[in-house]
Amino acid sequence: MLPGCKSFAILSVVLGAIGSVPAHAETIRVSIDKLVFSPANISAKVGDTIEWVNDDILAHTATVKGDWDVMIPAKKNASYVLKKAGDVEYYCRFHPNMKGHIAVAPK
Amino acid sequence: MFVRLSAALAAVSLLATPVLAQGAKPTDPQIAHIAYTAGVIDVTAAKQAIEKSKNKEVIAFAKDMVRDHEAVNVQALALVKKLKVTPEDNDTSRSLAKQAAEKQKELAKLKGAAYDKAYVANEVAYHKAVNGALQTLLIPSASNAELKSLLETGLKIFEGHQQHAEHVAADLK
Repeated sequence: MLPGCKSFAILSVVLGAIGSVPAHAETIRVSIDKLVFSPANISAKVGDTIEWVNDDILAHTATVKGDWDVMIPAKKNASYVLKKAGDVEYYCRFHPNMKGHIAVAPK
Repeated sequence: MFVRLSAALAAVSLLATPVLAQGAKPTDPQIAHIAYTAGVIDVTAAKQAIEKSKNKEVIAFAKDMVRDHEAVNVQALALVKKLKVTPEDNDTSRSLAKQAAEKQKELAKLKGAAYDKAYVANEVAYHKAVNGALQTLLIPSASNAELKSLLETGLKIFEGHQQHAEHVAADLK
């Protein structure tokens, strides 16, 4: 009986871990082409990953003033995991007229 | 400002005149040379700004200009190599380079806020002039599709620079 209990306990721990960690976290792609974030407006949840796919020959950033800053090298991808809920306006530090918006819902 | 604007318009007409005078549009090797020269000019102006300016926003803008124009010119060089095109010097490139050298001398004499304003105002006018030339002359004249596409990408980038420069100019007032 005891060994059975033990394996059940392990099983529930494993299942618990699977259940709580990524759950429904998604990866949302935003492409960058000729200095435009597209889609420029997205909705996401805390824990989701935003992945920027930079097709430009230039480096860009996704920057929120006073908060996070992601470097996106030319022809490369970069990502950021959303940590808190709220409306986020981000822009490119190198090309300040490039703007994007993320509506982040709580988990 | 009017003086600078008219200088910018003169630059546009300089871009157009020698070509129109010959009754022919610029060839791809000439277009490649003009576009590359225009990029080098802006990088040179930006390096001067990085050395001279003490204004954080102006220096950040100048660094953006160096980064972007160098990146575009790397692409331009790779493309001409791939197409086996040798960029060809021409009157338009020469007058652009001459005007830029004069402007650089003029800016070298200025200091502090006066320099910042003059540099950024010239960046607005210069990008306006180059974008006008790209739109009305260089892009329509390019016959190779890849060259045309690179010029179109360049135009998008430089329109962004013009807006950025206008924004910095407004902050300096």
